[in-house]
Amino acid sequence: MKALQDYDLSIASDTRSGFGAGLTALGAANDKVVALCADLTGSLKMNEFAKNHPKRFFNCGVAEANMMGVAAGLSINGMIPFTGTFANFSTGRVYDQIRQSIAYSHKNVKICASHAGITLGEDGATHQILEDIGMMKMLPGMTVIVPCDYNQTKQATLAIAEHEGPVYLRFGRPKVPNFTPENTSFQIGKADILQEGTDVTIIACGIMVWKSIEAAIELAKDGISVELINMHTIKPLDTEAILKSAEKTGAVVSAEEHQRHGGLGDAVAQTLSMHRPTPLEMVAVNDSFGESGKPDQLMQKYGINTEHIIAAAQKAINRK
Amino acid sequence: MASIDEMKKVCSQVRRDIIRMTHLVNSGHPGGSLGCTEFMVALYWEIMDHNPAFNMSGENEDIFFLSNGHISPVFYSVLARSGYFPVDELKTFRKIDSRLQGHPATHEHLPGVRVASGSLGQGLSVAVGAALGKKQNNDSKLVYSLHGDGELQEGQNWEAFMFAAHHNIDNIIATIDRNDAQIDGRTKDVMDLGDLRQKVESFGWKTIDVADGNDLQSVIDGLQKAKAACGQGKPIAIILNTKMGYGVDFMHDKYQWHGKATNEEQTADALGQLEETLGDY
Repeated sequence: MKALQDYDLSIASDTRSGFGAGLTALGAANDKVVALCADLTGSLKMNEFAKNHPKRFFNCGVAEANMMGVAAGLSINGMIPFTGTFANFSTGRVYDQIRQSIAYSHKNVKICASHAGITLGEDGATHQILEDIGMMKMLPGMTVIVPCDYNQTKQATLAIAEHEGPVYLRFGRPKVPNFTPENTSFQIGKADILQEGTDVTIIACGIMVWKSIEAAIELAKDGISVELINMHTIKPLDTEAILKSAEKTGAVVSAEEHQRHGGLGDAVAQTLSMHRPTPLEMVAVNDSFGESGKPDQLMQKYGINTEHIIAAAQKAINRK
Repeated sequence: MASIDEMKKVCSQVRRDIIRMTHLVNSGHPGGSLGCTEFMVALYWEIMDHNPAFNMSGENEDIFFLSNGHISPVFYSVLARSGYFPVDELKTFRKIDSRLQGHPATHEHLPGVRVASGSLGQGLSVAVGAALGKKQNNDSKLVYSLHGDGELQEGQNWEAFMFAAHHNIDNIIATIDRNDAQIDGRTKDVMDLGDLRQKVESFGWKTIDVADGNDLQSVIDGLQKAKAACGQGKPIAIILNTKMGYGVDFMHDKYQWHGKATNEEQTADALGQLEETLGDY
């Protein structure tokens, strides 16, 4: 296992470009893959696919509800539709369409959502959805994936095409460290243990994974041994990895760019309280909308930065 | 291929099924079901090239989507009577452990249903997507769909109208049940749709008007005309003028029968007006 210090956090890339690269690769590899976009082709990095496969790319205009329905219809014919728009418009705006026409109807649609969370930045709270993981994981049969960096987002994009059933894939706009090894195949529902430790477990998803790496390195300086789990799949949740780690460390921290209600932390809490009650601290946005600002300013203000993970870890350990 | 007389007999039996199914569970939507009976029978007995040995993809066959899912009684009766599942199963409608859910669903794997519907306004998008899929697969068969007129108050329909015209999806025939009735009253009073034909045409669709959607021959003629108009670059909409509750005198054109089952006395009265032609289940 690679030491956390050896991860190169200096090379930054946006996860949406990882999605774009994955979709481009799928375009060449699988002629059943079709893509739909709601007037955000450039923002979703779907340009390459659109250019390479004009007959398999459908711009739906600013009409997301219809896009979800058309995707459901295409899947009936054996196509594998990938829809692309911002996370807010991929979920909250079209929840009933996803619920009835996709999830309840067991349609093989891949809902790919960019610009998730507060790190969308300057556009402000109208676009900064922090409830999407909760909404999506509540839907029966929905798979929910939140990869941590460019490489993993690309691999997750490839993996979901092979998975039969509806999937929600969440990624973002800002450039973040691209530290996972290239071309590591993505296993849906199997957590990545980035570091084994004995004092506290940190379970993170999305961009909070590299923040957790920073936190774990800092905590190690104080002699605290962190077990770090990249929980890229929120549903189905790798409960075995959570329980095994909690058994070892006896203290857990969850970290996510999402509301405390309904997100990864909630899922971890449910697992722990049902099977192995363990002190848990949640690093998440606490029942609040975001606002305009730079991503790092927002992460600091809304309590989801490295220092918040460190503080949560110390608190969890003190509660043992 | 059935004769008009044979199909009229099917219509009468389907109407009996609708009344009996909804009466048994004292719930469901007989009004629109009765109004769309000729359309559904024409579709499944005359117009569509379809296979009751159901497969989800519907490859190389015509396929149908019911968007106004609340008229499930007519859908289920027509599916059962045309061989998709045993007619006897109609008696499980809306009961626990049934495949015949209150609104159509794929979850219980009922043959003939390709998407859930009931939350209104979603079916046109799905049908348009399926039609696009057929084009992608070079499948020359057609996609049919049915929508309530009140349902067109949902904005998603207009997104779908735009999309289909923009992408030249000319292998879809979407039929609008223009009965001018919805739960709360006459459609023109609840939320006026105005000149529906003009609206739909202005979205780039070709429209075909069926003046009497409860006259079987008129319905067949309208559908044949629509079929002939496919493949010419434009999606097709049929505006089917029907009467809610058609076939039962006390229900005729009364919006109050949108979602109410008949009581004992009313059931006997209704069944007295509808000949048992193919045998009750």
